[in-house]
Amino acid sequence: MQLKPLVRSLAVALSVLAVAGCSSTGGTQDGDAYGSQSGSTAGAGTGSGVGTSGTGQYGSTSGGAGQQADSRIPEVRTIYFDYDRDSIKSEYESVVMAHARYLQSNPNARVTLQGHTDERGTREYNMALGERRARAVQRFLNIQGVSPSQMSVVSYGEERPAVNGQGESAYSQNRRVVFSY
Amino acid sequence: MQTLSKVWLFCALLLISSVASANLTIEITRGSDQALPIGVVPFEGGEGLPEDIAQIVQDDLERSGMFAPLARNAMFERPSQASDVQFGTWRSLDVRYLVVGRARQTGSGFELQFELMDISGQSRMIGETVTVSGNDLRGAAHYISDQVFEAITDIRGAFSTKIAYVTAQGVGDNMQFGLYVADADGQRSQQVLTSDQPIMSPAWSPDGRKLAYVSFETERPAIYIQDVSTGQRVQATSFEGINGAPAWSPDGRKLAMSLSKDGQPDIYVLDIGSRSLDRVTQSNSIDTEPAWSPDGRSLIFTSDRSGGPQIYRTPVNGGGADRLTYTGNYNARARFSPDGDELFLIHQSGRGYQVARQELDGGRLVVISETTRDESPSVAPNGTMVIFATQQGGSGFLSAVSADGRSSFRLPAAQGEVRDPAWSPFLN
Repeated sequence: MQLKPLVRSLAVALSVLAVAGCSSTGGTQDGDAYGSQSGSTAGAGTGSGVGTSGTGQYGSTSGGAGQQADSRIPEVRTIYFDYDRDSIKSEYESVVMAHARYLQSNPNARVTLQGHTDERGTREYNMALGERRARAVQRFLNIQGVSPSQMSVVSYGEERPAVNGQGESAYSQNRRVVFSY
Repeated sequence: MQTLSKVWLFCALLLISSVASANLTIEITRGSDQALPIGVVPFEGGEGLPEDIAQIVQDDLERSGMFAPLARNAMFERPSQASDVQFGTWRSLDVRYLVVGRARQTGSGFELQFELMDISGQSRMIGETVTVSGNDLRGAAHYISDQVFEAITDIRGAFSTKIAYVTAQGVGDNMQFGLYVADADGQRSQQVLTSDQPIMSPAWSPDGRKLAYVSFETERPAIYIQDVSTGQRVQATSFEGINGAPAWSPDGRKLAMSLSKDGQPDIYVLDIGSRSLDRVTQSNSIDTEPAWSPDGRSLIFTSDRSGGPQIYRTPVNGGGADRLTYTGNYNARARFSPDGDELFLIHQSGRGYQVARQELDGGRLVVISETTRDESPSVAPNGTMVIFATQQGGSGFLSAVSADGRSSFRLPAAQGEVRDPAWSPFLN
């Protein structure tokens, strides 16, 4: 039982090395990408990478830059939710759209949508709330034309907080769906 | 090969350190003003023993909230048998009951003699010679606590029971989880499972030999059943979606659970032997956290079918569900009292999430905990206490409150967070 984390961290270390070789920007881990930033700034940061031109316009892909971006897994892989909500906030639609384009351009890619909640309330009930969030993203991607076979959903409920601590600043970072490739 | 053995050594050290740090230490947080004064005199011949029998008995009784033990330094006589007890001495100390005893080592273990005196009635209530094989002195002490408790209160003692709980350390993708079993006083913890993936919702089989729990070790939730003493285990379910909240039927043959394989989570019952699965609820809402009524005929569960989470009851064979809770907007994770008349649950009050008690059919809901980030209440098999997980000052620990809310204690861990407690049934 104790061997597993060791093997896992080794695997993570190897994959980080591998990724570092082909990507100029590090931080493929969600935790790394968000450790010091708040959700909204991280969301805004995607604007440069994955054309936010058509805000509110689903399905319309942009030109050359967009094509290039679609060959890489979008860097922003976490979106955040309001308390007790599973609706995708408008500020994160561009992020989900970028993943939709990537998955459509790469039919062999598979994503696991990991749903999370903050710590308030009971554990198993939160497991169900986390699943609702992940399924909301799954539905959104599906509507965008992503094949169901490319997506799976796992809820972690409140079991894997992104940050420890109480108060809205911690809670808001924990209510999230992570795109895990 | 050499590297491999180093890895094993490293793992062995990890194992030892995590076992050593997993004991929980009791802190009494609130004593009842109705507690009975009792003296537990240090056992004659107990000085050289590896455990302080009288101290364990005293701590057990104090933890129950029903007893207020006399401090040792106030005992200026130390009788070890009934015939030596000067009733006047103890009456002047306002003691109502007195436990005296002796201990001696035998060839194969120990022999403990104890007697319980009623000071106001000037009589000997009970007495027994307890033979301890091996070094299970703690077990023998808890047994004595059980006898004393029952003789005075007429309620079966639950000091010889166990608790299962989950530990967690770290954050995000870098976490370690452990499943442990310890004595009801938090001592003698034993590791059941560790994982870098979440472990949740341990539940004792009615015979106290197995635990059902949720583990994400395959990177998604599945329900396992593990024999606590042998470590042998089987995967009970691994359906698409949520496999959660396992709950044993009173006859130990079935597991109720929450599965989302057919959409929103619903309550299902798995026959463990035949592996047949029956769907109990069919709703477009969250149905989870089932618990069996003591007669095995109905299930209570949490559902948000009316908006927020509330407690419902349904016959096990299916059919309509009745709503049981109406106070407030959030009532979840209910458990029955052993007699089936009351529910203990998590209620969102004006202060936060607290443990509350409610009579089954529409009675008044009463908050019994003082903490405000409470989860996972689990009722002692004699119904006198409820153990639950809570948080205060940034750390998660176990706490317990008497069913009447009068007394409470906490069981903090040396490090990390402790959660998801499950109180075992009676084990003997």
